[in-house]
Amino acid sequence: MAKNVKPRVRVPKKAAKGEVIEIKTLISHNMESGRRKGKDGKLIPRSIINKMDVTFNGKTVFTADWHPAISANPYMSFFAKVEESGEFAFKWTDDDGSVYEKTATITVA
Amino acid sequence: MSTKQALSAMTRREALLLAAGATIVAAGGVVLKSGTANADQKMVDESVMKLIGDKKPVDGKITLELPQIAENGNTVPVGFTVDSPMTADNYVKSVHLFADGNPAPDVASLHFTPMSGKASAATRIRLAGTQNIVAVAEMSDGSVFRASQEVKVTIGGCGG
Repeated sequence: MAKNVKPRVRVPKKAAKGEVIEIKTLISHNMESGRRKGKDGKLIPRSIINKMDVTFNGKTVFTADWHPAISANPYMSFFAKVEESGEFAFKWTDDDGSVYEKTATITVA
Repeated sequence: MSTKQALSAMTRREALLLAAGATIVAAGGVVLKSGTANADQKMVDESVMKLIGDKKPVDGKITLELPQIAENGNTVPVGFTVDSPMTADNYVKSVHLFADGNPAPDVASLHFTPMSGKASAATRIRLAGTQNIVAVAEMSDGSVFRASQEVKVTIGGCGG
């Protein structure tokens, strides 16, 4: 498991009904590509986050499959249309099977 | 005596020819090696085929947001917007990103739903050198669109 993985998300606190909001996410992770060589000249094994899932009140909004070409500390921004108040749940899946999670709530007036 | 001289002359000429030939072969080998190290358009096409099947992508609908020149290939901002109403019966299902000059052409596959509201996303990617970024969008009705743009990279990413 990669060390010090810290997910951060930015979701607006309030939105109007039917508004399309922008969500920005950042997660600290080395995203070791598996092509870099260490001090001993051997390849450092690949270790990346390969999947990201975003749900709103249990329904899938956005998912992403990442390959080693995604930079370290992956940033991802996307949009969501909100019709009701609720909770966004973010989930990142690592190559080694570990899962990093974060949630954010939004109030729709 | 004269025949012996001729013979040695021949071998010298042969030796030179051989040496020249060897140099060409060696140079060819180097060119081939650098060619196979990274992906090319053909590999991108193969990856596209693997993800979307044998559908024919049409140019258009996708707007790529990329810098013309990236100073650092380790983090190149890339964003896109696909023109779509994003309703339950007409939306963008997936957008796949490829880089034709990286060791592996796949970059990311992003999947949208009608709840996305807008088929637009942004991330940061690694680029090994100056190359084309290709975006392929799959719509809910089965049509496929494609766009590409070149990015000049001053210092490549992807490590040694």
